[in-house]
Amino acid sequence: MKASKSRGPLIIAVLVLLLLILHQDNWFWTDATLVFGFIPIALFWHACISLAAVATWFLATRIAWPLSDDVEDHEGGA
Amino acid sequence: MDHPGLPQLIIILIYLGLLLALGLFSSRLFKGTKEDYQVASHSIGPFLLLMSIFGTTMTAFALVGSSGEAFREGVGVYGMLASSSGIVHSLCFFLIGVKVWKLARRHKYTTQIEFFRDRLDSDFVGYLMFPILVGLVIPYLLIGVISGGAVIQSLTGGLAPDLPMFQVFDAEGNANPALHGGVPPWLGSMVICVVVLVYVFFGGMRGTTWANTFQTLVFMILGVVTFFVIANKLGGQESLLDNLKTLANSVPEDKVTRSAMSKTKFFTYLFIPLSVGMFPHLFQHWMTAKSSHAFKLPVVCHPFFIMIVWVPCVLVGIWATGLPADMHLPANPNTILPFLVKTQTGPILGGFLAAGILAAIMSSLDSQFLCIGTIFNNDVVTHLAGKDRFSDRQQVMFTRLFIIGIVAITYFLSLGNVRSVFALGVWCFSGFSALFPIVVAALYWRGLSAAGAISGVFAAITSWCILFYQGTKVPMEQGGLSKFVLELPIGGESYELMPVVAMMLSSTVTMILVSLVTPRPSEEKLAKFFG
Repeated sequence: MKASKSRGPLIIAVLVLLLLILHQDNWFWTDATLVFGFIPIALFWHACISLAAVATWFLATRIAWPLSDDVEDHEGGA
Repeated sequence: MDHPGLPQLIIILIYLGLLLALGLFSSRLFKGTKEDYQVASHSIGPFLLLMSIFGTTMTAFALVGSSGEAFREGVGVYGMLASSSGIVHSLCFFLIGVKVWKLARRHKYTTQIEFFRDRLDSDFVGYLMFPILVGLVIPYLLIGVISGGAVIQSLTGGLAPDLPMFQVFDAEGNANPALHGGVPPWLGSMVICVVVLVYVFFGGMRGTTWANTFQTLVFMILGVVTFFVIANKLGGQESLLDNLKTLANSVPEDKVTRSAMSKTKFFTYLFIPLSVGMFPHLFQHWMTAKSSHAFKLPVVCHPFFIMIVWVPCVLVGIWATGLPADMHLPANPNTILPFLVKTQTGPILGGFLAAGILAAIMSSLDSQFLCIGTIFNNDVVTHLAGKDRFSDRQQVMFTRLFIIGIVAITYFLSLGNVRSVFALGVWCFSGFSALFPIVVAALYWRGLSAAGAISGVFAAITSWCILFYQGTKVPMEQGGLSKFVLELPIGGESYELMPVVAMMLSSTVTMILVSLVTPRPSEEKLAKFFG
């Protein structure tokens, strides 16, 4: 856990960069496929990007949170 | 209740009454201190922080503008405006929000300007940023106030066609069927301003946070309900899935793809959501957090919430492009959603949707009014007169008086030219984005000097003014200011870029170059922020 904590910010930085690259989905630019028969694939892909962002930020709160509990107590937080 | 516009008006009035009651109730918990009024005594937990931050960043554009833009541009608007915000907004909360929260709790800041003054050891930076931040928030406020009046008018159309002030005629003297008889915008906007003023005045940040949470729940739930009702009505099939398939198959191909959208413009739109890193009202919301852990829920859930609101609205927008011509869709894309609600659903849902749109509008307005009142008190009056000159009670009074002043100014400005104000929306976001490098450097770069930051702010605002002037030359028939892009010629091809790229580049380069050749703050000062 300690190792993943120390590498956490790097892992999150790589994942955010990956999200930004996947966001520029040139490969679906002119694709008119309807996923499940009703969602245009461009919309479906970007909804998946939103869900991938949720997963990435969840991971960030676990392995790369910028403040430790000691700092929290010191600053007068709950 | 069968009278046109009456059910909608009653639902809107009940909703506004509930908001007033919530604001007045929250004022009973007010402790009487400046800290309690401006940042709710740093007592806000994860759920309220999530809802208030989300409600503050989502405006009327999330419901009305998203469907309107999808109608005009197709599905690409989700990637351009929504999924990009899901990544970038949470990045700003994570990289900037948590860090400034820590510094602000340690050094007792409430506003951005207090932070910048202390970090850069410069009074001038505060005087420079004050008019810029207020100047960029005001167009944002105007959009909300004007949209509120327009929504109330369009959804109460037919209410009182005999009252002269409720009548709307076109150039030929015929009654406008969509708006005639509806509550006039000046009256609707005034009611919105008064309601927001009352609950912000009495409830301060606690009232604002509670109202935001309530309003965010309202517009999220009503957005989804509206989607299902419209889908079932427009599709005309037995099951929901069949309706969705029928509607999707009727959409022209250019609206389910991005064939008409520039790839480089799509990419450079990613810079626009960085503006949240410099929103002064969001900064103040961050300060309300009880602990840094309270940020975790907003960081994680924000992209999901954006998706819940935007996906249904974008689908409704593209479906409208496949509707038959005899439905007489309105010419203004931003009225597509209210039009479909009015023609495809009953007056009760129309009233609820109006409440939902007003909720999205007011949940941004309240924070902005409170923030400007706070900036005036903390960064001008108290800063000039000395911190110990006024009691907490007097400072709460000053903040309230400034809030009344800014509400009045915004209301009177909203009675002016509407078209140019809407075009200012993306420009005001670009202005905040242009200042984004300054806050990042202030938090993460020891080498940032006061002169570097000041030069960066000047570069941002100068490039903003130059590009804005260029934008005003775009003819209205071609979209005017809102359609202005930069053209980058490479290898015989021309690539479209959003103006924000040039603004951010100029502020970043200037800030770095000047910081490298000017003295940075003392080691003692830097130890305060980087120790």
